[in-house]
Amino acid sequence: MKTNVFLGTLAVAGMTAGMAFADGHGGSTLDVVKERGSLKCGISTGLVGFASQDANDEWEGFDVAVCRAVAAAVLGDPTAVEFRPVTNKERFEVLNSGDIDMLSRNTTWTFSRDVDLKLEFAGVNYYDGQGFMVPKSLGVSSAKDLDGAPVCIQSGTTTELNLADFFRTNNISYQPVSITTASEAQQAYLAGRCAVYTTDASGLAATRASFENPEDHVVLPEIISKEPLGPLVRHGDNEWGDVVRWTLNALIAAEELGITSANVGELSAAATDNPEINRLLGTEGNLGEQLGVAADFGAKIIMADGNYGEIFEKYIGENTPIGLSRGLNAQWTDGGLLYAPPFR
Amino acid sequence: MSMVEAPPPGFKLSMLINDSRYRGYTFQTIAFIALMCLAAVMVMNAAANLERLGKDISFDFLWQGASYDIYPQLIPFESTDTHFRAAMVGVLNTLLVAFFGCIAATVIGVIAGVLRLSNNWLIAKVMAIYVEIFRNVPVLLWILLIMQIVAISFNNPLDYRGEDPTATVVWGMFAFTTLGIYMPAPVWNPGSGVVVAVFIASIIAMFFYSRYRKKVLFDTGRILPGFPVMLGLFFVPALLAFFIMGRPIGLDYPAMGAFTFSGGALIGGPFIALWLALSLYTGAFIAENVRAGILAISKGQTEAASALGLRPNRTMSLVVLPQALRVIIPPVISQYLNLTKNSSLAAFIGYQEITGTLMGITLNQTGRSFEAVLLGMLIYLLISLAISFMGNLYNASVKLKER
Repeated sequence: MKTNVFLGTLAVAGMTAGMAFADGHGGSTLDVVKERGSLKCGISTGLVGFASQDANDEWEGFDVAVCRAVAAAVLGDPTAVEFRPVTNKERFEVLNSGDIDMLSRNTTWTFSRDVDLKLEFAGVNYYDGQGFMVPKSLGVSSAKDLDGAPVCIQSGTTTELNLADFFRTNNISYQPVSITTASEAQQAYLAGRCAVYTTDASGLAATRASFENPEDHVVLPEIISKEPLGPLVRHGDNEWGDVVRWTLNALIAAEELGITSANVGELSAAATDNPEINRLLGTEGNLGEQLGVAADFGAKIIMADGNYGEIFEKYIGENTPIGLSRGLNAQWTDGGLLYAPPFR
Repeated sequence: MSMVEAPPPGFKLSMLINDSRYRGYTFQTIAFIALMCLAAVMVMNAAANLERLGKDISFDFLWQGASYDIYPQLIPFESTDTHFRAAMVGVLNTLLVAFFGCIAATVIGVIAGVLRLSNNWLIAKVMAIYVEIFRNVPVLLWILLIMQIVAISFNNPLDYRGEDPTATVVWGMFAFTTLGIYMPAPVWNPGSGVVVAVFIASIIAMFFYSRYRKKVLFDTGRILPGFPVMLGLFFVPALLAFFIMGRPIGLDYPAMGAFTFSGGALIGGPFIALWLALSLYTGAFIAENVRAGILAISKGQTEAASALGLRPNRTMSLVVLPQALRVIIPPVISQYLNLTKNSSLAAFIGYQEITGTLMGITLNQTGRSFEAVLLGMLIYLLISLAISFMGNLYNASVKLKER
């Protein structure tokens, strides 16, 4: 009997030790993704316009399009993505533990996340700022009139910190109502658990668009923070970080260069007289090889869902229920902040 | 003597396996070393992985500013206070819900447990249904369900606004809103200390009177009036003091402000949901403990009490329950521990207790997951040990005293 117990202990010990060592991340993420044949991408648990499921349960949206573009660049197939919806609270743990390859989930780029949390932001795909939404019937016209109001916030976000700072510096009080997900926040706001809902202005627009009577609610004019949102990867895997960064840059550069989903087939078939277009689409130079992906990765990215401008218009632009204008997210040539470094 | 004794055997290494006197020690030693090696491998592996990620173990984050706000807070907390203070606010919120949860669960459990043994078929079956329904569904579902009920059945605070509000404040005192229940809060004006002191004194007097009453009963067999005197002691002195001091304790009624009520006291919706769900859930288990305890007392005790002319409710309170307590208390203590630990599910409905503050927002904002979770486990351990300690003290006072 004792011998059995002993042997059992030894067996368990051996197995556990083996598993513990096997846990170390082997190889670069790029190789892992290529070998697996699919990209594991962390997205929002549901935010209309950014990440939501269509009638066929397929994920679509502005953030989802970034995942699909990366899958197109690396694997040549924009559908080779395993989507993993993650909450605000768990997103960084899931990424750092290696469960997902990248996170594209309206996440704000901040110093401490970049430096202390050991994450690597691959750029900005939406310049946002935190705003407030209230029922129109309250007759509030400024966020400074919100003294004493119960405010719904998503736990574990930068919004939580901005909110505390805003109310403290303006010397007014509020009652925080903590919520885990965007859809829960919506429910709580409609049930009256809070008179005010605060999150990034784009998220407010998306939430408002999903209401039965959007016109009963107003977004207040104050934007109380800078929220540069973008995709991110683990710190320390620079090759993979480059892939995600230059996929995003390709989307932005394509719009600037006038490459659209309509003309990308024609432009990538043979070299044009614009060398930058040629380098981006792989008909000239070896940018793809340098990045460790196919030569025509740029063309594959644009074929997936179009360039940045097309993705914006399709999911969150002015002709969608969300109705966001380009604003800061216009190309630098149009007075916006989007500025892709040269493909050279 | 030396003739009888066997010659001292020379110790051979093979005896470690073959000799039954040593074999046990040998295997225990090997198992112990293997276990230690396993632990060492895991710790070193964790340390190596943290090292590779460039993360060190440090609790310095506790003294940095939290920069978030917490509701509810039993001690004052500003967003400029430290993460440590935020954790303390969370601990107090855990203790708050655990304290009221244990009281309510005990009351519900004792009533349900006794009534389940009732001779009345309907009452016994209703209690059986209650116990089975609550015991066999995960407590998280009950928490979420009650939270939903609060959200659906209570009024939107904005309905109380305007000239002609669609919702009314019950008796001008209670407002049932989705944020929680607003009720009048006491206002302590000068002189109220005297009233409170008198009230505490009358509670002490009640305690001594009940001891005196017992002594008279045991010494002379006379039964002094119980309930009327207790009732009088409870209300009369405090009320007299209240009016003599010129009514120093006022009530602050909730009044509708711009967004929600101001003034009065608010019992938050998440607190109500958590408290009610935990109490009903744990109450079902305690009911079973109580039933088991009562059934453990032999029927002869009840029959003997009846033979002496005791009425059924006296038989229960004087003969059966005091003996049953010895069986009931140990499992009930472990139910209290369960309730306290289950309160960590509050994170799902946004009640900010220790899981929500230290292991929720603080963890998220600082990225110190390892440290925060370790500290959280330590805090739960301390709370649980404190509860068992107090429970064991009480258990020692009611257990069979051997003279």
